[in-house]
Amino acid sequence: MSWTPVAAVDLGDLGFGSGAHLLVQRALAGLPPGGRLAVSGRDPALRVHLPAWCRGRGHRVEWPDRSEANELVAVVVRGSADDDRWFGAERAGSALPSALSSRPPARWGLGARGALLEAGGPEARFDLDDRDLVWADIAPHLYAQAAARQWDPQTAVPWDDPFALPADVEAAVVQVMTYLVENEQAALVVPARFVGRIHPHFREVVQLLAVQMADEARHMEVFSRRALLRGAEMGTSSAGGRQSLFTLVAESDFALASFLLSVLGEGSFVDLLSFLHEVAPDPVTRRICWLAMQDERRHVVFGMAHLEHQAQLDPLLRDRLRAAIHRRHDALVDTAGLNADVFDALVVLAAGGWQPNDVSAGFDRVRALQHAMDQGRQRRLVRLGFRVDEAAALSALHTRNFM
Amino acid sequence: MPAPTVLMGAVAYDPKVVTIWEGFRTWLRGRGLDFDFVLYSHYERQVEDLVAGRIDAAWNSPLAWLRAERLAAADGTAVRALTMRDTDQDLTSIVVVRADSPVRQLTDLAGRVVAVGAIDSPQATLIPLGHLAAAGVTVDVRRFDVGVGLHGDHIGGERDAARALVAGEVDAACMIDANHLAFVQEGTLPPEGTRIVAQTARYDHCNMTVRAPESEGVRLFGTLLLGMSYADPQVRPLLDLEGLTAWREGRTTGYDALAAAVDASGFYSLDGRVTAPHYRP
Repeated sequence: MSWTPVAAVDLGDLGFGSGAHLLVQRALAGLPPGGRLAVSGRDPALRVHLPAWCRGRGHRVEWPDRSEANELVAVVVRGSADDDRWFGAERAGSALPSALSSRPPARWGLGARGALLEAGGPEARFDLDDRDLVWADIAPHLYAQAAARQWDPQTAVPWDDPFALPADVEAAVVQVMTYLVENEQAALVVPARFVGRIHPHFREVVQLLAVQMADEARHMEVFSRRALLRGAEMGTSSAGGRQSLFTLVAESDFALASFLLSVLGEGSFVDLLSFLHEVAPDPVTRRICWLAMQDERRHVVFGMAHLEHQAQLDPLLRDRLRAAIHRRHDALVDTAGLNADVFDALVVLAAGGWQPNDVSAGFDRVRALQHAMDQGRQRRLVRLGFRVDEAAALSALHTRNFM
Repeated sequence: MPAPTVLMGAVAYDPKVVTIWEGFRTWLRGRGLDFDFVLYSHYERQVEDLVAGRIDAAWNSPLAWLRAERLAAADGTAVRALTMRDTDQDLTSIVVVRADSPVRQLTDLAGRVVAVGAIDSPQATLIPLGHLAAAGVTVDVRRFDVGVGLHGDHIGGERDAARALVAGEVDAACMIDANHLAFVQEGTLPPEGTRIVAQTARYDHCNMTVRAPESEGVRLFGTLLLGMSYADPQVRPLLDLEGLTAWREGRTTGYDALAAAVDASGFYSLDGRVTAPHYRP
């Protein structure tokens, strides 16, 4: 007989209201279009639901003679719609980060890397779609490390440890914390502006930046919390400091923003946090500076890694980096730079007392910090391919606001 | 030589109608047919405009097809079904009771309250009531008039009838087979909570109605519709929205049950006038 089915499925008591379509679909998947599937079952609504389901999916239904019907309900003739839907489908590249596409097309959009994509759909605009521009091979590793080292501000910091500071030392801590909070806010906003522009094909970079933002969110929390631990008032924020941070946030080029924020700014910040860890007058300040420093180091490593990679491929990158430093310097040349209150507070913390000798020693330590920051910036500039003398000149142009 | 033209009417039963036909218009114009569409708020004016020659094609409900056929015949002209969706063929309607109902078969419904859809719904009112009448069963009809004039395209009446059944306000409810499945899957009807006591014979639903003989534009329109492929990513989302996987040649063999119901209920006169009492589209 021409209609003899080549496959059969018994649904038992299962109905289409409870998932019978899964068994039918599975059986049909093994047949070519035009292939026949005998469907039997005992659900009372099956004779109504089976053809209704088939109709919506482009399958045809043939009815057996009533005399032949025991539990055989119908014969389903497989249609081609299931295959047609996947005509022209393509993989969104390789799933593995070791085989990335150099320029993933916009049509891959938000599809998971490596997924089989139905043709059609929107052309999502992710303009940071050049592997050389956004990727670093270390990104998956750094992300894994970052995810593993997330800490809970509530439990990672000894908030309840007893300590009492003289009022002027406490005020210095509050001032430094106030300054750190505004810097961390800038450090959160900068990657936030780019994360939505990076093609999801480079998902480890997106993940890493997302964790980086989570890092900054925690830093904002713990620094604010420390500032208000013994009082209800924050310190001061200078116009020049905010102007400096604003030039960072306003940078719309991903490479240049990474350079200014991670390589120069956060790089200097690692030195600052290390300094604060050493001179902190209380266990809470000491701990939060240490925790933040670990995170910031990771941010610098990623910023360096993808810029080093890019610098090797693009000889003109250094010209753009150089111009970015000059541009920012020119924009800030008429501003005060570091908030004087912050500088003084750092000296107070480093001095550890009010004797002239203490202040002198504190002053020297802050000078040494600024020197260490400068040396660090020069080292990183040299790693990016700048000559030693030029690295020194460029580092000197970096904002006096540190970040 | 100017491109052949077609002006088609469609009923705006849902905002998606605009998305569908604007998408199809782009696709059809890209293939040499100067196609446009107008939207109607109900089927009656669309059918009148088709027969009067103000539009070239009408995306018609089965009830609208019957009226177009009758109006054209009365006018000494003719219409034909150019195409239809694959999903327009071989539908059935069913009568459903609660699982614990004493009603075991159709005749047990005599004298009981039966919920139906809107007054002009072929699948949820006219065809199932015709089925009951043909079996000699007289019932107390409780109608859920949602979207009157849309010929049952609006699912609201059927869903309200199903809800009334679950609430115990009626003894049975009428609906199209696929909606019973949809209502069970979406939770309007509890799984295992209902029992099907009757199923109509298979019938057909919408068709693209055109005047005969067809113009060059209408012939091209039919050819292009039949050539639409579910494998084409440009039209596949539109086919999904319109609820088909392929256009088929139109056929008119699946409208007998509805025609009998229309005559029995006096919905339209034989010359296509609207004669149903209380029908105000």
